[in-house]
Amino acid sequence: MSTLATYPATAAHDSHAGPGYGLRRWLLTTNHKDIGTLYLLFSLIMFFVGGSFALLIRAELFQPGLQLVDPHFFNQLTTLHALVMIFGAVMPAFVGLANWQIPLMIGAADMALPRMNNWSFWILPFAFTLLLSTLFMPGGGPAGGWTLYPPLALQTGQAFPYVILAIHMMGISSIMGAINVIATIFNLRAPGMTLMKMPLFVWTWLITAFLLIAVMPVLAGAVTMLLTDKFFLTSFFNAGGGGDPVMFQHIFWFFGHPEVYIMILPAFGIISQIIPTFARKPLFGYASMVYATASIALLSFLVWAHHMFTVGMPLRGELFFMYVTMLIAVPTGVKVFNWVATMWRGAMTFETPMLFAVAFVILFTIGGLSGVMLAMVPADYQYHDTYFVVAHFHYVLVPGAVFSIMAAVYYWLPKWTGHQLNERMGRLHFWLSVVGVNVLFFPQHFLGLAGMPRRIPDYALQFTEFNMISTVGAFLFGFSQLLFLYNVIQTIRGGQPADAQVWEGAHGLEWTVPSPAPYHTFTTPPVVD
Amino acid sequence: MDVPRVNTQSPLREAEALDTSVQVALRAAANRRVVRRLLWVVVAMFAFGFALAPLYDVLCQVTGLNGKTSGRAAVARPLAVDESRTITVEFVATLNAGAPWDFAPQVTRMQVHPGQYYRTTYLARNLTDQLLVGQAAPSVTPGLAARHFQKLECFCFSRQEFKPGEERTMPVVFLIDPELPPEVHTVTLSYTFFKLDHIGG
Repeated sequence: MSTLATYPATAAHDSHAGPGYGLRRWLLTTNHKDIGTLYLLFSLIMFFVGGSFALLIRAELFQPGLQLVDPHFFNQLTTLHALVMIFGAVMPAFVGLANWQIPLMIGAADMALPRMNNWSFWILPFAFTLLLSTLFMPGGGPAGGWTLYPPLALQTGQAFPYVILAIHMMGISSIMGAINVIATIFNLRAPGMTLMKMPLFVWTWLITAFLLIAVMPVLAGAVTMLLTDKFFLTSFFNAGGGGDPVMFQHIFWFFGHPEVYIMILPAFGIISQIIPTFARKPLFGYASMVYATASIALLSFLVWAHHMFTVGMPLRGELFFMYVTMLIAVPTGVKVFNWVATMWRGAMTFETPMLFAVAFVILFTIGGLSGVMLAMVPADYQYHDTYFVVAHFHYVLVPGAVFSIMAAVYYWLPKWTGHQLNERMGRLHFWLSVVGVNVLFFPQHFLGLAGMPRRIPDYALQFTEFNMISTVGAFLFGFSQLLFLYNVIQTIRGGQPADAQVWEGAHGLEWTVPSPAPYHTFTTPPVVD
Repeated sequence: MDVPRVNTQSPLREAEALDTSVQVALRAAANRRVVRRLLWVVVAMFAFGFALAPLYDVLCQVTGLNGKTSGRAAVARPLAVDESRTITVEFVATLNAGAPWDFAPQVTRMQVHPGQYYRTTYLARNLTDQLLVGQAAPSVTPGLAARHFQKLECFCFSRQEFKPGEERTMPVVFLIDPELPPEVHTVTLSYTFFKLDHIGG
């Protein structure tokens, strides 16, 4: 067993040790599987917290007028819903999947920096406790939207410095997670695992990690400037002192647009793993998938101002950002084409992960299409800050990113737990979710086109029917997620034993280890031909 | 422990296994190198966020975007007055939220010739019984006309102190540069008056 100490990841602590016991196991763990599990559980909790905010918002919007919550609290709900879902649910879920899967997929014993891994997770519960505690502070939580535009965001009450600190902590956690992913992929690949042999989930995560490292510090800078504007008499964004509030929007979206790709590139990777498995064909156009992902990431740095076309910009600037934004549709189209081509004439079966993956391809494309509509400057003047925008980004984030996470969990859960999923329950969850999500978000396109503004607790009477439909969809979708919780718990607790292969058509190193994956895997690196 | 062994018998693997301590050290050094480089990227991008603030101002000045006028007095120089062309200049006054002043232009509209100096005044009155300090932020519409709108004297260049209840006329001396693009017929000069109790600088 002397070969076990080949990697510092396992040599840094006792590689022979099994999991610890009780709470200490989870607090002190440096095992990538434990930390992956922690991330995923944390993300699941945040998904329900953020979801309950969303249901309160939809309940208030069921009919016009003010029924349930007062407008200030409504504004806190919209702000915190976004912050919790983005930084608490979607991003940690992807980091959790990365922790579980990247070492298994590249044949590494663990992540490259296991202690930092522990730290980057355990910052998160504190960050979100801080963020959510602002709801109980005098003046309430942040209510100016997750984009934190000044001067509105500067009018937040006592909660303001807590929100900024929470965002800093989330940023530090993400940056550490990203550094860990890059170090793992660069240094711990099994012999023979060249870059262009890596599974696409690993590739998309590598690119995502670079995006995180490039833009999370910019967000940290932007919110630090807000903090000093409020408390230390600077005037970065204060027009009275020579600053410019519009500059915040530029800096924020310089972070914000790459951020939306941070939330979708790992999803592309997941879908590129699942579709070949259930189509029983290798992924069509592997290299073009890698290049498409890289070009989407590079272009994401050149399109930020399309979030602010109506702020006042010279025509040439608007044209530049419009064309570059529409250019992103090309690599994205390559990806969608490749997924469809992978399915073409495949021997397809539709187990739960595949159902979510196929729904992802269709519904994400709807979100992408409304994105191209929003990219057009003249049309954007009509859509800006309406429910059309809300419908657009929820289509790419919910049946996009969230569906991909659920697909990934269903796909790899047998590997993690050693139990097969109850397919009947999985399919029930899928169908309720896919119907719910469309009833929830599709009518919002029409509301937006008709002129309903976002982030307002009340609306004109003519918007009533579509809002009612949307709210019904929201509750259907929201409560269906309890089925997801049930399925996950049931699969952890028991079920048909899964073999190492799990899915007939699955390829990759993770399927060579037994199910459930042992606490330590690939302590002797495999050789990839 | 049940670890799968995929092709572990390759001769290369055996040789590597012989000297694990060297392997460990090399791998740790490689990890440290990656971390160090990436941390530099993080620091650089954090600094870049702050560098965007001056860059933004420079970009606005160079391109004349954003309707920002120069914060300093233009140097008077003789220019040919273009009598053939008449530009309408409109004056606008806005009070920022919570600025307890009366603030208005004394003339809201002037017909001017490019190249000629003009003088106009704004009127401001402190509505409180306290000493107030304020400053006006100028903005010109259309934005691309901003760099052709030259102010030789302006109350916006400095902070204005008002005694309790004080009323004061504040002058602006300006000229429209003859290089103003020919398609521009109306230029609007807007001032927003800010109360300076919370602003550093």
